[in-house]
Amino acid sequence: MLKYTLRRIVSGTLVLGIVSAIVFSIFYILPSDPARLACGKSCTPDLVARIQVALELDQSLPVQYGRFIKGIFVGRTYLANTDAARECGAPCLGYSYQTDQPVTLLLMDRLPATLSIAVGASILWLLIGLSSGILSALRRGTWIDRTSQGFALAAASLQIYFVGLILQFIFVDKLAWLPMPGYTSPFDYPLDWAKQMVLPWVTLAFLLSAIYSRLTRSGMIETMGEDFVRTARAKGLSSRDINIKHVLRAAMTPIVTVFGLDLGSLLGGAVITEYVFNIPGLGKLATEAVTNLDLPVVTGTVLFAAFFIITANIVVDLLYSVLDPKVRLS
Amino acid sequence: MGKTASAVVGAPIEGRSPSRMAWDRLKNDRTAKISAITVGFIFLLALAAPIFTWIIHTTPDQFHPETLDPTFGTNPVGKLGGISSQHWFGVEPRTGRDVFLRFAYGARTSLSIALSATALATIIGVLVGLISGFFGKTVDLVLTRTMEIILAFPSILFALAITPVLENALEGWGVPTGNATRIPVMIVVLSMFGWPYIARIVRGQVISLREKEFVEAARSIGASRTHLVFKEILPNLWAPILVTVALNIPTMITSEAALTFLGAGVIDPTSDWGAMLLASVPFYSVDPTYTFIPGFGLFILVLAFNLLGDSVRDALDPRSSR
Repeated sequence: MLKYTLRRIVSGTLVLGIVSAIVFSIFYILPSDPARLACGKSCTPDLVARIQVALELDQSLPVQYGRFIKGIFVGRTYLANTDAARECGAPCLGYSYQTDQPVTLLLMDRLPATLSIAVGASILWLLIGLSSGILSALRRGTWIDRTSQGFALAAASLQIYFVGLILQFIFVDKLAWLPMPGYTSPFDYPLDWAKQMVLPWVTLAFLLSAIYSRLTRSGMIETMGEDFVRTARAKGLSSRDINIKHVLRAAMTPIVTVFGLDLGSLLGGAVITEYVFNIPGLGKLATEAVTNLDLPVVTGTVLFAAFFIITANIVVDLLYSVLDPKVRLS
Repeated sequence: MGKTASAVVGAPIEGRSPSRMAWDRLKNDRTAKISAITVGFIFLLALAAPIFTWIIHTTPDQFHPETLDPTFGTNPVGKLGGISSQHWFGVEPRTGRDVFLRFAYGARTSLSIALSATALATIIGVLVGLISGFFGKTVDLVLTRTMEIILAFPSILFALAITPVLENALEGWGVPTGNATRIPVMIVVLSMFGWPYIARIVRGQVISLREKEFVEAARSIGASRTHLVFKEILPNLWAPILVTVALNIPTMITSEAALTFLGAGVIDPTSDWGAMLLASVPFYSVDPTYTFIPGFGLFILVLAFNLLGDSVRDALDPRSSR
């Protein structure tokens, strides 16, 4: 188990290294004038010249990339030995000249909002998806099953940016039951935080629970016909024990996979959700950075998101062995 | 193989190929019929868009300030976003452009980008899957690693970020900016992230077919590798490929709309459903009709494609259940 875990972490780090190299080359080499882009739309020639030096465009690409990677581990100082020196502590993911802040600081500033959306929404969609799926599987063919699966099918074809705007129109603008979505710290104003998060949570959960409901239902129905379930029944276990401990557990494997991928990509920035509800999270930071062509921030957010996706993949693989006794790690 | 007796009493026994049986199953599927008609209807709307400009006597880009509230000059006059006999779906706030025409022309943009991206992703995916599965060893290792790396990319974020950078780079090489470059860039970016899913499925199928007797037989009589891959293995894969394509189209449609909605896709004056939704954001509380029309259109189109994809899968693989 330990050996497998270590091997997965090593290969994950390798993938992340390659992803970062690709992202780095694309965003620093492809533009005709990276310094001009990094500087932004309202930029002085003086600043462009300084950024040109700071980005070390005179160096070769491997040297630039090497220094970038080194910065992640030990930090670095941009424009060292000049009066415009900028300190960027480890883990340094670059320096945003447009906002005059280290990228890591910007990311950490936006992480809580994204974390709030992702964690709240994922709890909600798991609850809705699993319970409606279990209900459908146990009451197969009844109106309950048909209604919940019909809903799931429709929800799977809906878009966050459409449902989000419609829900916001109904609950914020017309009924005024909820405030405009946004982000306040849950530690200072827990009630305001929850009220502002309700719409993003519900929208995301409504759309994403669909796939969980369908997966739970089909997985459980499939497992119900297996021999080990018949054995459990023959042993005299209660149907509650059979359904939860045996059937649901076996049906969990594909759900864990999808959940890991969904949560991983959400943590890297719920791009569309944050954009629709105007929530200052990582996804919003990324869209702002793209609009302003703030390349260091763009690179930083993409790498940060890739980190979450790769980590989620590793966690999912490890969870398999816990959930499914048939899986032996080699 | 594939000869099944018809069970109808009195009818002569008739041999039916597996594809014929799948087609028969699809024809008897009511959901498939309804969703196919819906998809066909939207295609027809997209194709017939120029005819409507001739019927309504306006173009999707023409401003109609007379349809807007004169006090502020932004909101449409009349209920439901200014729906009238002249403007069937109302008019756009601030410009007064006809929403029905923008919807019809938008369907053209959305569908052509999504279908091109699906086609490109399928070609790359099938080729890579065939090569990776058939040749194995180092080739397979390199290709599967490549897929793994692409799947580790935060696709929406990356696509969003790459568009302006690519545009800037192309501008530096003297290519004019605007939709003429944005649309090809979008197609390439969407298919870049779409092909690994197809390749993985094809690869899995090829690995199980590679060792089958008919391939062995062809190999033993000296068939070339190209013949084995394209003439022996590929014809056996059309069912899984068809299912993947059918289920890939709705994903491409929504990704295209999402990218455009986030501002990295098609830009004005070209109409697009994602662009219409984006344009409706500042007005959603005063003119919800304008948000509703492209959003609902997208929902119906994606739902129809999803249902059709499910039906195709069920028809081709009778063992699969919903």
